Parts: sequence; C-alpha cells; structure tokens
Amino acid sequence: MIVELGHYALVLALALSIAGAILPLYGALTGDRRLMAVAPSASLIVLVFVAFSFGALTHAYLVSDFSVRNVVENSHSLKPLIYKISGVWGNHEGSMLLWVLILALFGGLVALFGNNLPLKLKALVLAVQSAIGTAFLAFILATSNPFLRLDPAPAQGRDLNPVLQDIGLAIHPPLLYLGYVGCSISFAFAIAALIDGRIDAAWARWVRPWTLAAWVFLTLGITMGSYWAYYELGWGGWWFWDPVENASFMPWLAATALLHSAIVMEKRDALKIWTVLLAILTFSLSLLGTFLVRSGVLTSVHAFASDPARGVFILVILCLFIGGSFSLFALRAGTLAQGGLFAPISREGALVLNNLLLTAACATVLTGTLYPLALEAVTGEKISVGAPFFDMTFGPLMVPLMIAVPFGPLLAWKRGDLYAAAQRLFAAFVLVLATIVVGLALAGTSKALAVLGLALAVWLITGSLCEIAFRVKLFRAPLDESLRRAAGLPRAAFGTTLAHLGLGLTVLGIVASNAWNTELITTMKPGDTVEAGGRSLTLDGFLPVSGGTYSGTAARFTVREGGAVIATLAPEKRLYSVQNMPTTESAIRTFGLSQLYVSLGDIKPDGATVVRVYWKTLITLIWIGAVVMALGGALSLSDRRLRVGAPKPARRGAAVPAE
Amino acid sequence: MTRKQRRLTLIGLAGLVLASAVGLILFALSDGIAFFATPSEVASNPPPPERRLRLGGLVEAGSVVKDGTEVRFAVTDGKAAIPVHYTGMLPDLFREGQGVVAEGKVDGAGLFQADTILAKHDETYMPKEVVEALKKSGEWRPEAAAEGPAPETVTR
Repeated sequence: MIVELGHYALVLALALSIAGAILPLYGALTGDRRLMAVAPSASLIVLVFVAFSFGALTHAYLVSDFSVRNVVENSHSLKPLIYKISGVWGNHEGSMLLWVLILALFGGLVALFGNNLPLKLKALVLAVQSAIGTAFLAFILATSNPFLRLDPAPAQGRDLNPVLQDIGLAIHPPLLYLGYVGCSISFAFAIAALIDGRIDAAWARWVRPWTLAAWVFLTLGITMGSYWAYYELGWGGWWFWDPVENASFMPWLAATALLHSAIVMEKRDALKIWTVLLAILTFSLSLLGTFLVRSGVLTSVHAFASDPARGVFILVILCLFIGGSFSLFALRAGTLAQGGLFAPISREGALVLNNLLLTAACATVLTGTLYPLALEAVTGEKISVGAPFFDMTFGPLMVPLMIAVPFGPLLAWKRGDLYAAAQRLFAAFVLVLATIVVGLALAGTSKALAVLGLALAVWLITGSLCEIAFRVKLFRAPLDESLRRAAGLPRAAFGTTLAHLGLGLTVLGIVASNAWNTELITTMKPGDTVEAGGRSLTLDGFLPVSGGTYSGTAARFTVREGGAVIATLAPEKRLYSVQNMPTTESAIRTFGLSQLYVSLGDIKPDGATVVRVYWKTLITLIWIGAVVMALGGALSLSDRRLRVGAPKPARRGAAVPAE
Repeated sequence: MTRKQRRLTLIGLAGLVLASAVGLILFALSDGIAFFATPSEVASNPPPPERRLRLGGLVEAGSVVKDGTEVRFAVTDGKAAIPVHYTGMLPDLFREGQGVVAEGKVDGAGLFQADTILAKHDETYMPKEVVEALKKSGEWRPEAAAEGPAPETVTR
C-alpha cells in the first residue's frame, strides 16, 4: 500500500510540476501577480510529494519488501541496515529518484528563503526548476519506475552489487547529486534573467551563494568518489579519467569558472553575458553527465543496467534543455547591457584568464570523453581515450592557471600593478627557487619534472598565504595590529586563501605520490617479507572472515619499522554468495600523510598469493587539499556579505526586505 | 589603452588559449588513444607494433598459465585466438570462458603484451565491446547474456 502511495505521490508531483512550470511563466509574461505567486507553493508541495515518494521506496527497502521489483534486484534481507538505506540509490531507478528529490529540495529552498527576490524573478526561477522537474519526473514514471511490483514475490532478494556495499555509496552519490543538481539553480537564474531581459550586480549576488553551495558539494562528492575508488577497486589509483568521472569533473570545472566570473559581475558589473553563458554551460554539462551515466552509452563502473529507451528519453531532455537554453541565449543575450571596463592587467583580467583556461581545460575533457562516441557513430571504429590523452591536454592548460592563481587576488580591480603584486609574492618566489635547488640536489635531474611540480605546489601554497599576510600587514606592523586586521577581513577573503591553498595541497599530493611511490607486485607465502617505503611487511597467515552476504579470507600482515612492530594490516578476498562475485578489500594504513596500501590476488592452495603493495608518499594530501578547497568555499558562503539582502533593483514596485 | 585595444587584447588572449587547447587535443589524439580490435582482426591484419590496442573477447578455456605474477592466456572470439602476456594482478572477475578486454601492444613475435586487463561481467554479463566482437564472428549466444548490474574490475 505504501509503495502504491509513493507511486501515486510521484504522479501528483509530476502534475504539480507541470502547473508550477506553466502558470508562473505565463504570469510573468503577462504581469499577472496571482499566477506568479503560484510558484513557491507549487515548488514546496512538489518537494513534499517527492520526499514522500522517496520515503516510500526507502521503507520498502528497510522492510525488505520483495514484492517490489527494485528491492528484489538490489537488496537482500541479510544486508546490513546502512546498505539497505544506501541501496535505495545504488541502482538506476532509485538514483534518478534521488536526483529529482534533490532538485525538488533546491526548488523548495528557493521558495522558502528567496523572500528578498523580486516576485517576477522568483516566479521565473521556480518555473524553470519545475520544468526541469517535469522532464525528470516524466522520465522516471515512463522508463524507470522504482515502484513496479513482482507477482509472485520471491522469498529473497538478489543483493546489491558487492562493490557498492560500502559506506562510500551512502555518502558519494548524495553529495555529488547535491552538486550536480545544485547547478540547476544558477541555470534557472540565468534563464530567468534572459526571459526577463534584465541582469545586474544584484542578480550575481543571488546566484553566487547557490553556485558556491553547489560547488562545495560537487567538490566533496568528487573527492569522496575518488577516495572510494582508491580503496575499493584495489589497485591504488585515485583518478582514472573514466568517462563517468569526467562527467562529474566537467561541471566542476565550469562551476569553478562560474564562481570566479560571478565575482567580477557582482563587484564590477562586467562579464554579464559570459556569466550567464557559464551558468547555462555548467548545468548543461551536469545534464550531459546524467545522460552519459544513465543512458548506458558508456561501459563503466557507474553504469547500471542499460536500456535504450532510457537513453533516447534522456537525450531528448538533454536536447530540449540545452538546445532551448542556448537558443534563448542567442536570441536574448544582446539585450543584456554590458558594463564595467577594465585593463588587461587587473583583478578582472586575472579572473578572465582563469575563466579562459578553465573552460579550455573543460573543453579538452569534453573532447576526450565524447570523441570515442562520435567516432563510433560516424565511422564505426571503436577507440578508447585514456589517461595519456588527458595528461597531455589537461595538464599543460592547468600549469599557466596555477602560476597565475597567486597573482589574481593581489591585483587591484580595474587597473592592477603586476610589478607590485610580484613584490608581494617575493617570499613565495624565494621558496619556489629553494624548492627547485634543494629538490634537484636531493632527487637528481631524473626527477626534474617532479621537482618542478613540487615547486608549483609550493608556489600555490605560499602564494595564497602571501596574499593574506599582505592584507593583514604581517611582520610589517605590530602583531596585535595584524590580528586586528585579520579579524576585520571578510570571511570571503579567508575563503579565497583557503581554496587556493587547498589547490596547492592537492597538487603537492598528486606530484609526491606519483614521483615517490613504491609499487610491488609479488608472490608471497606465509613467513615471507617485503620492503616498501622504509618499512617491512611480513605475511603471517590467513584467517577466514564472513559477514552479511559474503565469506572470504583475510591475510594478516605485520608491519615493522627498524625491527619494531608498528601496525598490522588485513586485506581480504571476499566472495559474495548471492551474486557469486569475488571482491578485493584492500588494507590501508596512514603514516603521517603517506599511506601503505596492500591488496590481495588469488590465494593458491599452498598458501602462496599474489600481493600488491604500495607506498604512496603524501597521497592523503590529494583529498585533504580538496576538502580544504571545499572548506574555503563554505567559509566564503558564510560571509555576511552574501547573506544580506541584495540592494533593491531600481524602478521596481516590489519591496525587497532586507534580512 | 583604448577600449578597442582592450577588446583586442582579450580576444587575442582567448584565441591563444583556444589555439593551444586545440593543438594539444590534436597532438594527444594522434598518440594517446587505443583502438578496439577483435582477435580475428588482429590475426588477419597484424597492427604496427607501436599502436595501442584494446583486444576484446573471451578468455580461452584451458589457456591460462600463471607463473607468480606473470600470466599468459589467449583471447578468442571463436575464429581466432591471440596469445596475451601480462604481469601483475588479475581483476577479481577474470575467469576462463568469460569476457575480457586487454589493453596493450602486439610485440614483434605476435604476442600481445597487455598492461591493463579489464574484466567486466557477472555470471551473465559481458562488456559491450566483447558482445559486439562475438556478434561479428557469429559466436554470440544471446541466451547467455541477460540484463543485469555490471560490476567492473580493472587491473593495471
């Protein structure tokens, strides 16, 4: 019964979304305030219905209702509770429902907290959100209904894909979807501005916090996914340039560009058309990502069962929204007034450079992701574009960007002084030179490239610190004055520093773990010892393990440093009986910021097993840096400037109350 | 600087970034990609030794020989079989008679030197490329494949 109610709620949500898209839009075009006022209530009720529907599916999973086909295919009564819950979105249908739930959540948040928005803008924004909701609700109901029943109901489910039975599934998709779908808000604002034909600094002030929030979630979601792949797949890599990873990385690049161009628009009223274009582009890339992952055109860890009808449906949605929004952009962009002049060497100029490089990098990733699909469609030839392609294209575009990053915040608006900025970065220059000299002396010229990479990381880290040191007059004024100045700085300034610093930490982690890692693949028997990263690992023996729906073998390793036991590691080889699928559970131990990583191959009857041992120097910095970036974003988001009501638009009847 | 000069600087910069991006892409596309091939295609038309290939088919039953971390096996599509050599850990789902994709190059002796092995299947699933390769060679038995979640494991 609850399942049918959930299904019914989804149908009601669809009907309401259609009304919530059409009525406010018509109201906004004809100036009918009553119709415009429909938008917030429609969005809130849609949220309630979608949330109920999601709750109904979750309930079916919790009670292991095996009369529901989706539960049978992806659950098992013996599965631990947490995986019963996360299993709701560990399949195609449920993950689409989560997608729509988060979309409805963002719509609801705008409806609730968008009180300082002009009525017309709010109505248009919510109408666009409802239109997106309509498309995806129709998609779920037509091709991916999670509420289908099975008759007769089997006694037991088929269990969730073992690779997905991990805490990562509970965290990674919701975070990623908050990021993906969060981009829909800036998209909706961009479309609303194009329909309305007006756009000003206040618009950027509304858009920036939403973009920032989506960006923070996207950053965390990608980071979590990367760490999950690192420890779950068992071969020590953390980024594979897999098309599905690219699908989440492209919106991230575009959103990063959007964040920066929105600053220019907010402060200087410039780059308006470009900002609107980026907002459309960011969400278009999110939609493209959804298409790539959900249509089954790609073979990937993330592709659940594929069904051509779904691919066609999402392709239609994709064309409709991307085509529609770009047509609208082409028609209306000319009507948006340009403002704000600036010299090429200025804060604006630096942000433009950031935008150019980020979008160019995004374009190379897009090319690498879509080229195999296009080539196969045109010539029938099958190719795969792998890491070498992306290393050769994406890498070189990132280097000038990272060199430019510390300069940006030190340049003045309108007309900057590059020489003065360089002087303020003097300490960073010295440290970079010291890194290169010491690095080459210690590591030798064979590691020259890695040393230059380290220098780049040092440049980013110290450069961002130089900026904040300059602003608080560190060492140039008494300490208490510096502290007073630091307290007076807006949080957004610290947010910028933290985000740029985080980028530096990530680069440091990438360079160090690539250049100074040990990788051993060898056969070991109980009693054998290998060396990695200055530590010795001894295989003591094997123990049986079991739990939930699996059973398997764990190997026990003792780690010694200078003869003393410092850790034990127990990687496992599991067999999930329901799906008859073996998995490898690696064992990881962190020492400082570096990690020792062990995973097992097949265990032979005589106890010999292939073992993969890694020592990865500073690898945790890759994810720590990304989390620091996200923290910087969150700190910026908490800045009072972004929360205060935007100034009242000129010549407007509608009152705009300040918070 | 006049307004026109500023605009020209901006356009020049944008053009420069765009041109370098296009240049990098064209350069990388000639070098950083791998072509998919079936065992029959490799047997009838041996590729140049420097070309990276993805060889897809079934692991031939009885062909797997493991020696420590070295593995030799043959990939077949029912018409031809190509011997493959690989050093490292095999993916969890690597089994005889099951679908596999090996990435690497054919050496002078006609041995496929793989640096990456992908096995993606449960009991009923095979990689899309393998299915198509088998269809091409007429070895495809649709009853053996069904829709289902498709975990992938990879080894490099």
